[in-house]
Amino acid sequence: MINEKITTIQNMNVHTIPTDKYKTNTLVWKMKAPLTKETVTLRALLPYVLQSGTAEYPSVKQLRTYLDELYGATLNVDLSKKGESHIITIRIDVANEVFLQEKIPLLRKALKLLSDVVLRPALQDGRFVDHIVAQEKRALKQRIQAVYDDKMRYANLRLIQEMCKGEPYALHANGELDDVDRITAEQLFQYYKKTLEEDEIDLYVIGDVQEETVLEAVASHFLLPNRTVRASVKETVSTKTRDKVNEVIEKQDVKQGKLNIGYRTNVTYEDDDYYALQMFNGIFGGFSHSKLFINVREKASLAYYAASRLESHKGLLMVMSGIEPSNYQKALQIIEKQMEAMKNGDFTDEEITQTKAVIRNQLLETIDTPRGLVEVLYHNVVSKRKRPIEEWLSGADRVSREEIVRVAGKVELDTIYFLTGMEGAE
Amino acid sequence: MEKIVYEQLQEQLFYEKMENGLDVYILPKKGFHKTYATFTTKYGSVDNQFVPLGKTEMKQVPDGIAHFLEHKLFEKEDGDVFQQFSKQGASANAFTTFTRTAYLFSSTANVEKNLETLIDFVQSPYFSDQTVEKEKGIIGQEIRMYDDNPDWRVYFGVIESLYQNHPVKIDIAGTVESISHITKELLYECYETFYHPSNMLLFIVGPVDEQKIMQQIRDNQAKKSFPQASEIQRFVYDEPKERAEEKKVIPMHVQTSKCLVGIKAPTVHPAGKEKLIHELAFNVLLDYLFGKSSPHYERLYQLGLIDETFMYDYTEEREFGFAMVGGDTSDPDRLSEEVKQILLSFSGDSMTESELERVKKKKIGAFLRSLNSPEYIANQFTRYAFNEVSLFDVIPVLQSLTIEQMDQIAKQCFRESQIAVCQVVPKERK
Repeated sequence: MINEKITTIQNMNVHTIPTDKYKTNTLVWKMKAPLTKETVTLRALLPYVLQSGTAEYPSVKQLRTYLDELYGATLNVDLSKKGESHIITIRIDVANEVFLQEKIPLLRKALKLLSDVVLRPALQDGRFVDHIVAQEKRALKQRIQAVYDDKMRYANLRLIQEMCKGEPYALHANGELDDVDRITAEQLFQYYKKTLEEDEIDLYVIGDVQEETVLEAVASHFLLPNRTVRASVKETVSTKTRDKVNEVIEKQDVKQGKLNIGYRTNVTYEDDDYYALQMFNGIFGGFSHSKLFINVREKASLAYYAASRLESHKGLLMVMSGIEPSNYQKALQIIEKQMEAMKNGDFTDEEITQTKAVIRNQLLETIDTPRGLVEVLYHNVVSKRKRPIEEWLSGADRVSREEIVRVAGKVELDTIYFLTGMEGAE
Repeated sequence: MEKIVYEQLQEQLFYEKMENGLDVYILPKKGFHKTYATFTTKYGSVDNQFVPLGKTEMKQVPDGIAHFLEHKLFEKEDGDVFQQFSKQGASANAFTTFTRTAYLFSSTANVEKNLETLIDFVQSPYFSDQTVEKEKGIIGQEIRMYDDNPDWRVYFGVIESLYQNHPVKIDIAGTVESISHITKELLYECYETFYHPSNMLLFIVGPVDEQKIMQQIRDNQAKKSFPQASEIQRFVYDEPKERAEEKKVIPMHVQTSKCLVGIKAPTVHPAGKEKLIHELAFNVLLDYLFGKSSPHYERLYQLGLIDETFMYDYTEEREFGFAMVGGDTSDPDRLSEEVKQILLSFSGDSMTESELERVKKKKIGAFLRSLNSPEYIANQFTRYAFNEVSLFDVIPVLQSLTIEQMDQIAKQCFRESQIAVCQVVPKERK
């Protein structure tokens, strides 16, 4: 179904996926390291400094002008966490020249550019350029602060902070505000060199490409330093259980309350129960036919959104919903009742069949986009468990009612977080 | 069935007008798993005064009714249609814009069944007093959610500041108060006026057999009867060229200020190629002025006035067009001034051919990228078709743009009296 070839070049895994579905070719560079308090902010800053200039195009303006010349190739970066790993992603998406009147080797140029961005950054006196670092520190602070102004994201962040206190997962992928100012261009450059030596690196090339051509171009452009990679180290994910549910109520000047609830599933991506957990989440709150949507929104008319999602590598299940502040107890009760129903096996065979169909559909749709495909395949890098796409498809399909109930039995309520209005009722 | 071939893009589009007036387009996409279909009516939030089908008098309806109708159409006597779609492995959705309401599904299996469900549910309204009342709670929470969202507030705030009369300044969802006046009778009246097949377009993109699909749609439509359609009469608003107010400031519980500068196009072509040229030229001009490779972007970024949220966009619909420039900022007043200065001081003389070529190249690449997305193709194709142009003409039109066209847009639109500013600023702590 997906023709993914993996070749290791200098301890870097090159994944080529040839397909003629798209009008563009996509390059995705991923670097993985443990999520730690000491490195989280350095790491959050690094890719933004890298995308601000290369040795050849040492300013944003020069670099972006060159991207325009490459028919508007896009270059963007982001940070994410999977379980207790912190991942830097740098993407370039470039038109396939087949569709242009002018024939220029865009893919080759894009590969060269990506290698320049990650390996030949703009430097000054052997370290990152001071004013670029200063600008990106300012932008990083704004990025961290932006979460506070988006109440949905904020409530989600606060739930995780409260729930995972003391665990690396409580850290935000964008780093810590208080640590930004202290970072120097010199220190960041030292950290950068270390990441190239130690991080687990994966490069995905998807599109109208030939494996040999890609590998040849990679071998000539990507000259990595001597690497002592922690080859496919799986970060240990910390878990903890509470003897008592943690309830946190916070007041702000908001019109809508945000009720976010965190559960420990005690199942992660590598477990055999993973597919059963996906099914559990699908029936409980993952879709518009799920219990949360039907009961909180459609029947009780309490919310516009009421849904749940999984963090599979960490083993968390998060419920989120936006409600009238005075409906806190009512909504909470309905949600708890749905969880009870799951644990008691109180769901129909029809719900099971429906959920299987929708999960299959969702996966096939995800792998229709280059970006979604990389995200699905990258799970295999993050986890020790390798699951081919075919297994994902058959995995959920084979899950029985008993397995879903068994997984439901493992799910434990951990933290209830409620962001409410200033005069919000208790 | 008509076949339209786009040689350079390597795409084939199939078209047929049904006897009842419905336009149907099919774009086969091999290699994809997903089929995406949209069923869209040319009816949106701005259509708040019109002559109902079979009547002669103009009627004003409550704000937010098009969006309310969108929600309600999913509900049937025997439950809601989401259930039906998910049983068939599909995900369904809908959205309402200023001028359109679209219903859609995407699925990787049971495409014929899902298509049948889509067409049938949109063409069989069922509203009851009880379910209309219940929906008010759900949409009330949707409105509240946007009330707390500073990006939405600044976006609508600037439109409000630009327009004096036109209902584009009214929030698409209406208000908690306005939706309280919606009844099932009103919903039926809007439905019957705007959901006639001759006012609608069906678009299917995915790994489908176009012959089979087209036959299925013909058979489906042949089974149904619709009243004779007459031309829909919408109220024509008299909208001055000038903005409504110079500046609006919205204090909110935020840490970072937001600032958008809005630009009002004085008049727009109602439809046709000229409209496409105008829209693309305006967007190219904004890209030239504010794109990451522009001198202005670099300067504003270095000054710390903008960050990665900085955006610019021009939207043109049936009878209005407006642009927006801005984002999060540490100094909203300074950013407003800088952006205004850039706009007011631009003239075609300052632009070179090679700069224009570069922006065109960028836009062509971006267009190709967007053709990877079935969602983009279906939604934008429909939007363009309602404006009587074709999405697939974008590349040749981009290639034909000239500096004179940029200059003309600047002369018509970059005027102090057509520019408004909206800012969201942190509320004073108590």
